Amino acid sequence: MTFKSTLLSAVAALGLVPFAHAERGADGQVNIIYWQAPSMMNPYLSGGTKELEAGSLVLEPLARYDETGAMVPWLVDTIPTVENGGVAEDLTSITWTLSDGITWSDGTPFTSADVKFTWEYCTAEGGGCAQIEKYGGIASIDTPDTLTVVVNFDGPKPFPYTAFVGAQAPILQAAQFGDCMGAKAPECTDQNFAPLGTGPFVVTDFKPNDVIQLKANPFYRDPAKPAFATVLLKGGGDATTAGRAVLETGEFDYAWNLQLAPNVLANMEAAGKGKLVKAFGTLVERIMINLSDPSPALGDARATLAHPHPILSDKAVRKALSMAIDRPLLVEIGYGDAGRVTCNVLPAPEIYASTANDACMVPDVDGANALLDQAGWARGADGVRTKDGQRLSLLFQTSTNAVRQDFQALIKQWWSDIGVETELRNISASVFFGSDADSPDTFQKFFADVEMYANNFDGTDPEAYMAGWSCSQIPSPANQWQGNNMPRYCSEAYDALVAEMQRTGELEARADLAKQMNDMLMQDFVILPLVDRGRVSAHANSLAGVKLNMWDSELWNIADWSRVK
Amino acid sequence: MTEPALTSTPRSQWRDVWDQFKRHRGAMVGAGLFLLIIATVFLGPYLWTIDPTYIDIRARDQGPGWAHPLGTDQLGRDTLARMMAGGRTSIAVGLTAMLLALGVGGFIGVIAGFFRRLDGPLMRLTDLFLSLPLLPLLLVMVMLFREQLSQSFGPETGIFILIVCAIGLTSWMPTARIVRSDVLALKEREFILAARSVGTTNAGLITRHILPNVLSPIMVSATLGIANAIITESALSFLGLGFPPDFPTWGRLLNDATVYIQDYPERVFWPGLAISLTVLSANYMGDGLRDALDPRARSK
Amino acid sequence: MLTYTIRRLVLSIPTLLFIALVIFLLLELAPGDPMAQVPLSVPDEVKAQMREALGLDQPSHIRFGKWLWQFFVVEPSVWIDATFGSDIAGDKHRVISWQTRSPVMDIVVQRLPQTLWVVGMSYVVGILIALPIGIYSAYRQYSVFDQLGTFVTMVGYSVPPFFSGVLVIVIFSVQLGWFPSIYDTTHEVVDWDSFVIQLRQMVMPVMVLALQTTAQISRYMRASMLDNLNQDYVRTARAKGLRESSVVMVHVLRNSMIPVITVIALGVPQIFGGAIITEQIFGVNGLGQLLITAIQANDLPMVQTVTFMLAVLIVGFNIIADLLYGWLDPRISYD
Repeated sequence: MTFKSTLLSAVAALGLVPFAHAERGADGQVNIIYWQAPSMMNPYLSGGTKELEAGSLVLEPLARYDETGAMVPWLVDTIPTVENGGVAEDLTSITWTLSDGITWSDGTPFTSADVKFTWEYCTAEGGGCAQIEKYGGIASIDTPDTLTVVVNFDGPKPFPYTAFVGAQAPILQAAQFGDCMGAKAPECTDQNFAPLGTGPFVVTDFKPNDVIQLKANPFYRDPAKPAFATVLLKGGGDATTAGRAVLETGEFDYAWNLQLAPNVLANMEAAGKGKLVKAFGTLVERIMINLSDPSPALGDARATLAHPHPILSDKAVRKALSMAIDRPLLVEIGYGDAGRVTCNVLPAPEIYASTANDACMVPDVDGANALLDQAGWARGADGVRTKDGQRLSLLFQTSTNAVRQDFQALIKQWWSDIGVETELRNISASVFFGSDADSPDTFQKFFADVEMYANNFDGTDPEAYMAGWSCSQIPSPANQWQGNNMPRYCSEAYDALVAEMQRTGELEARADLAKQMNDMLMQDFVILPLVDRGRVSAHANSLAGVKLNMWDSELWNIADWSRVK
Repeated sequence: MTEPALTSTPRSQWRDVWDQFKRHRGAMVGAGLFLLIIATVFLGPYLWTIDPTYIDIRARDQGPGWAHPLGTDQLGRDTLARMMAGGRTSIAVGLTAMLLALGVGGFIGVIAGFFRRLDGPLMRLTDLFLSLPLLPLLLVMVMLFREQLSQSFGPETGIFILIVCAIGLTSWMPTARIVRSDVLALKEREFILAARSVGTTNAGLITRHILPNVLSPIMVSATLGIANAIITESALSFLGLGFPPDFPTWGRLLNDATVYIQDYPERVFWPGLAISLTVLSANYMGDGLRDALDPRARSK
Repeated sequence: MLTYTIRRLVLSIPTLLFIALVIFLLLELAPGDPMAQVPLSVPDEVKAQMREALGLDQPSHIRFGKWLWQFFVVEPSVWIDATFGSDIAGDKHRVISWQTRSPVMDIVVQRLPQTLWVVGMSYVVGILIALPIGIYSAYRQYSVFDQLGTFVTMVGYSVPPFFSGVLVIVIFSVQLGWFPSIYDTTHEVVDWDSFVIQLRQMVMPVMVLALQTTAQISRYMRASMLDNLNQDYVRTARAKGLRESSVVMVHVLRNSMIPVITVIALGVPQIFGGAIITEQIFGVNGLGQLLITAIQANDLPMVQTVTFMLAVLIVGFNIIADLLYGWLDPRISYD
């Protein structure tokens, strides 16, 4: 931020100089296109990204993350910390003080009762709340007055900023959702389609999976905002049509998440109607290596710890597979400026990012060949290596997606350069990421040797994410194939680090633990990170104020958007 | 086709058909074109020996040139080699799936139209198949049979059988309906009644009198069916229900290239042209065959 | 004929019930998970609770019975209530979509206008173009018109909508800027100007879809006409001195319509099924888009309801086609 703009905003905050366009609704309509159409506005019932982002036009949390990943107060004046006394010394409670004078879009005051109600709503029996994890560990909530919320945990909570923080956990109005608790939640169609909020816009028409129309909230706390009188959020189509509508034909002002080949995007941008914006979060495209044997001959014991993988249990093979991959080229072909090479499964925020594994940035085919030769894998007549009658032949599965199929083809070729034969398979995303117990093709069952997908974590705290590779998280028939530990990695040392992180409150120490865990996974080569994937969106040249945010909803600051005159 | 030892007539019926077919200009052009396409995709790889899956990343996104007559794709794979490899699969899938759909549809249509007692059940079966949502049906077929088929026939043949069956078994219904409607009308015509009155058996009636007369809708179904099968295959592969992702087919090449339509229009042009030419040639051959088999047209 | 119609209608009830059961079993068997689109950051236990809230933990026969009750009893009574202001339905549970948690029928009703506008119109346009092409091509077989018609329709049929749709967008929206590339479903036709806007946004999807319909129907029309033009009755009619136009347009056409009617009747239910790819490319968001997003999200109540309604149409139009055969060719009798 330049000195001038800082000064200007300071002046504006004092209300001395009215801005030229500082008038609510002066800029007409903003058209937004999401190629995946939102099916409701309530993030607690859906959990999907598209619903969460649509909901964020209306619903707001107490605090959220800005585009740098820093937590900013939203409906409160300050973020509670141990230092300012907002968080108890023993880490068992947090006290939020709501900003004064905030009202719902129906004009009624926003109070601590609404905040408490939101917790009750999400944790009610039989409601199937998608964000219940955010409210984990809360023993009770006290509301000593209308502006004070005291959240009591059932034990020390080193990172207390999950409940009521971020686009996943916004506040619902108690008066509106009071009859929608638990099993009744799905029946409240009107509430779920048009929730009342404190945010800049109010739903006027909601057509599920099609289009949402909103108008400026007359009771929004800043009288000069939002600059737009109405919002049209159109859903459906595909990333290409969405990109075209903003960058080439100018029909829309903002297009969400344009996952397209970099040269296609660059050519669209060259049409001159709009700009691409990008941001990075924690999303890492990675290859998971199966340490268990997926052979169909094993029946029920297939892909379980009972049978180690005949090839991939050899660390030399795993390391060679990683060394053969040319990550910079993958980034260039698949993501361009919206991707970065990463050698860590935990690439961000800055303090958690390890630098110990950066050797993977440069491919080393000769080194990989030498490593396999040393380990006793000798090339056969057809160029494929064998050892003790085992051929180095892998089944490589991933979900259907143009970039992933290009990656598969490239990696297959690089692996064939080191004498590894690869069979490729792509599976429809709805099957691959589903957890249908009868389907053999889910990413959790992992009936293949290696698989590729992307994952990240909400917010900025990696505790739950890193705990995903502890022994207890291994999917198996006993737990209906639930869990995030796809490689079936099981190490006592790792589990000890996970347990330690759950006890540690101090940020530096937590960062250190997370780095250690990351390095352990990386140096055992059970996860091969490929690309730190950014998000690319596009906005029209005439749209000002867009700050793309990967840590929260993309539409988090829509109140600040305006039309360039 | 001729059986000189068994037939004492100087000219067999098939010879007549062939003579008529030869005189049909459109049919000959179609047949020539079809043979040319077949020869290119099946014999071409012996002359143009680049591996269609070989990635030469430095040569990506190239236009037509000496090293790559049709250019390269976004990973630097040779488009000509991919077109030939894709053609083999697409033509094989297109023809076999079409024949399967035609066989099932034609059989059910004729039987339903001819035997009144079977009409009801068979048409209700057709209704059922028309009503089933395609995508879940295919998902179920893949889930149930992929593993078994690839174990018994190897991964590629196994998936080929699966795809051909999936397309064939989900596209026979229109043919069945159309053939049935024609048979219903035909069966009341004078020549059928005449044939029946001289004691022709049902089997004889169907093969000698009914089938030749429902040939034209069958021919139309066949030509449309090839196009349909080639396109459906690409949709299946795209959904991850078909061939492995690095296995080129014309439909897939067309699908992959569509996103580059503005940047590299020639990439969509080649597979589009190949599919269109194949379907057109099949259409003209069908026209010729229909004319050649129609005794009235023959006598003209 | 009347008895036949009644018998067919009565018979269609068990048929449809059986079809509903098969669709249900198929969806049960198909791999998929309504929680597949929930981000991976949501833990598995939470997903399991969400599935439970959808009622997925109940045994399948109970869920099927529930759906039958909701579809055949609750939905009609809601409809009656809405029409006559009565209160039969009360607060009985309707068929609820898993994605939107709102009644499936409401969304279907919401989607009907755009589907009928675009897909229905393209079907009408397609048929209106196809019939004359087919008739004239057959009448002047191997003329320049016939050759050109064959070429254009076959190329048109070989080019799938995922390609032709993008092509027309690039030409007419991006390069020329004549038509919008995204269909506005909130647009309301109130006067002449808004009607023109509606026409402009319909042109491209209708064009793409009509190409397919035209190709298909004109081929069948042509083939069927060719079959009939050589028949003896045509010669007899001409010998009797009937005008050429009445020979072709009355006698031959009527006898040639049977397979064409079949094809047209087969296509009508597909109008309501929407055009999945074309709807997606142009953002029409009709019933096709509804069905495909429901399938992708494994929204079983929605998929079951929409496919079953299509099944009703399929069975219904089959009956209509059968009745039309009898009208076109009185020799076909069903008694």
